[in-house]
Amino acid sequence: MFKWRTDDFSWVDFTIDVLRVIIVLGVVIGAWNTLSSGRISLAQWVNLFAAGLSQGSIYALIALGYTLVYGILLMINFAHGEVFMAGAFSTVFLAEALNRTGFLNAQPLLAILLMIAFAGLVSMSVAILLERIAYRPLRGSPRLVPLITAIGASFFLQYTFRGLYGSGFKAYPGVNALQGAIEIGGISIPVVQVFVFCAAIFLMLCLYWLVERTRVGKAMRAVSENKEVARLMGIDIDWVIMFTFGVGGFLAGSAGVINGLFRPQGVNFYMGFIPGIKAFTAAVLGGIGNIPGAMLGGLFLGVIEAIGPNLVLAGLGIPGANQLKDVIAFTMLVLVLIFRPQGILGERLSETKA
Amino acid sequence: MALLEVNDIHTYYGNIHALKGVSFEVDSGEIIALIGSNGAGKTTTLRTISGLMAPRDGRVLYDGEDISTARADTLVAKGISMVPEGRGVFAKLTVEENLDMGAYTRRDSGIKEDLKGAYELFPRLGERKKQVAGTLSGGEQQMLAIARALMAKPRLLLLDEPSMGLAPVLVDGVFDTVQRIANEGVTILLVEQNAHMALQIADRGYVLQSGEVAISDTAANLQQNETVQRTYLGID
Repeated sequence: MFKWRTDDFSWVDFTIDVLRVIIVLGVVIGAWNTLSSGRISLAQWVNLFAAGLSQGSIYALIALGYTLVYGILLMINFAHGEVFMAGAFSTVFLAEALNRTGFLNAQPLLAILLMIAFAGLVSMSVAILLERIAYRPLRGSPRLVPLITAIGASFFLQYTFRGLYGSGFKAYPGVNALQGAIEIGGISIPVVQVFVFCAAIFLMLCLYWLVERTRVGKAMRAVSENKEVARLMGIDIDWVIMFTFGVGGFLAGSAGVINGLFRPQGVNFYMGFIPGIKAFTAAVLGGIGNIPGAMLGGLFLGVIEAIGPNLVLAGLGIPGANQLKDVIAFTMLVLVLIFRPQGILGERLSETKA
Repeated sequence: MALLEVNDIHTYYGNIHALKGVSFEVDSGEIIALIGSNGAGKTTTLRTISGLMAPRDGRVLYDGEDISTARADTLVAKGISMVPEGRGVFAKLTVEENLDMGAYTRRDSGIKEDLKGAYELFPRLGERKKQVAGTLSGGEQQMLAIARALMAKPRLLLLDEPSMGLAPVLVDGVFDTVQRIANEGVTILLVEQNAHMALQIADRGYVLQSGEVAISDTAANLQQNETVQRTYLGID
């Protein structure tokens, strides 16, 4: 905590402590101002919270891809946002076709399942190719090397997809069954938000089952803990690593479709960048390498982003607070890195992992 | 024909010449002890056989097949299992999951039965099957590592310092277990610093010195050998 004695006084600690006080004061004062002004009703808070959960569940799905790969290779796949884009962008064409034939509105559930499967497969293939071509040859090289490659791969994927599908913006068609809202005790929550949240949670439960209960899931955990011993068990670790990239890719692709239902607009080759970085933030927030952490971090980030600007920033008299949600997200990233680098659920990185 | 034939292998760590032409044989059903001081090349020999390292020169023959450059994960299905140095249990996996990993390459229906067998051999593991392995004591972890290796139904079991870091009471138990496993028909190649215990259960032994086989003889003769007594058994 505070270190005032001159013999071990450190400007870094001092700055961090001052920062801590300023942040706590800012949050408390902002929240107090907003709440005492009563500008936002309880129903509106609940709406913000619900929207935040839906957005957060999408972040969580993408964040799982970062965390799975980190857990097994101790590497951040910074091209993961592009894996998300690949599925989301490709599937928009399928969605349009399904909409034209009328299938999308005749059989919405089936159509959405089909879209999720398609997007998942596209993203999975991209993720697996990425691993084979960009990362596997560099395994065992210094950790900066795959990081630089990831940035290169990221640009490569963005411009490949621009070349394939053009640079214009596309939009997911609306699904009639997801229009409207559910009324619960005077609070109305859009159906699409409920659907998005449930779909994401379902996928996360599937992942949890895969990792905890299946043979390959156990192998994934074994490889992440000790690659050499895993090989002595007869586990083909190259295959397990590829599988892990594939699973992360599938989740990112399905997140692309779910995201398209939630926010239909803005589908283009560059759409993976911001969600990618947000999801990375969520993964760090929850504790990178930790699967429940990524889920929690995603939901947490979504809610903070939805509520934070209205609660804190507006209360501090900052104009246009709602447009500053990105600021909240990335401030969270910086704060987590300063105050709790291991994240909410993460363990302190041991020597071997650091 | 010998089950395992190590033929003049040279293994390197970068530029360091760790094994300088090691040769020996393990016949089916034998317990063979590799003894030697720290850095003599015992662990490197096991790592080379198990496929974690490849020899730069020489050959490793298993059941007549050249496995010198085979990858470690392909050898398990062929019947070679290894208990690594320092036990290497998966600390975050439960005891039962660790055992499942031992049977990773198996597809037969006998796995459940063998799990039961493992718990009969080591009742302590049965009591703790839902516990994560990191919470086990050192002795229990050693039992788990051995039980896990057995889940692969090996013909040849490689044991790297099974007594390391264990209290003397537990060491006896470990060697008893190794003897029992051998009685079941599993061939055992045992690397030990505790030469005294190793030679008591072994049929034959090889003494490694600076990456070469210095002495090879039956275990009984090695126990009587003056050099072995002085250097490895602490008898003056």
